[in-house]
Amino acid sequence: MTDRIEKTIELKAPVSRVWRALTDYQEFGSWFRVRLEGPFVPGQVSRGYITHPGYEHVRWEAIVQKMEPERLFSFTWHPYSVDPNEDFSAEPSTLIEFTLEKTAHGTLLRIVESGFDQLPSKRRDLAFRMNERGWSAQLVNIAHHVEHAP
Amino acid sequence: MFSALGDETRLSMLARLVNGKPQSISRLTAGTDLTRQAVTKHLRVLEDAGVVRCVRVGRERRFELEPAPIDDVRSYLEHVSKQWDVALARLKAMVEE
Repeated sequence: MTDRIEKTIELKAPVSRVWRALTDYQEFGSWFRVRLEGPFVPGQVSRGYITHPGYEHVRWEAIVQKMEPERLFSFTWHPYSVDPNEDFSAEPSTLIEFTLEKTAHGTLLRIVESGFDQLPSKRRDLAFRMNERGWSAQLVNIAHHVEHAP
Repeated sequence: MFSALGDETRLSMLARLVNGKPQSISRLTAGTDLTRQAVTKHLRVLEDAGVVRCVRVGRERRFELEPAPIDDVRSYLEHVSKQWDVALARLKAMVEE
């Protein structure tokens, strides 16, 4: 299957605690490594900057999809979108879905990221090679400009 | 690796190579303030770092980005998958403390 990534993790914490870690924009930012401008709101764009070392100038943009309390949180986002003027709604995005389930010891969290097949291969290829070689965030900006320059 | 890339000039050179076509030193020098010698020097650094490679086209040397792994879709997914593992480890540490 080349279109999705699935992860499950058992967390020794109550569902409400995990829900907060996912949907409180500051908590989310601290483990996901992104600094967000404001709270997640279904249907609205969430913006910020990656705080992962080496990628500090890379913008982060997502459209929040569903927030079903303590059950499901999802958003679509564009890997390596870096141009603030870009109309990213025209570009394919991946969908990230978090589902939570109460277990005897805490919470079972499932994450599915899907939609990779739609990513333009050049963007995906470049994004991959950038990460594999630890390229600096500057290259993301430059390469993006070159890719889009007529 | 970082030192090979952490230079504006080299980054601009890489940007020119992003469209995939091998380019000669003359091509890469055109439109810059650099001498042919300087461009060659920068290309060597990128070559040593394994980011760029030299191909012979007739009698000319041309430079292109080092090719990505053959099965790039699967490799990309593996890479994203690893990033998730790292992020989830942080989430786990945060909620379980």
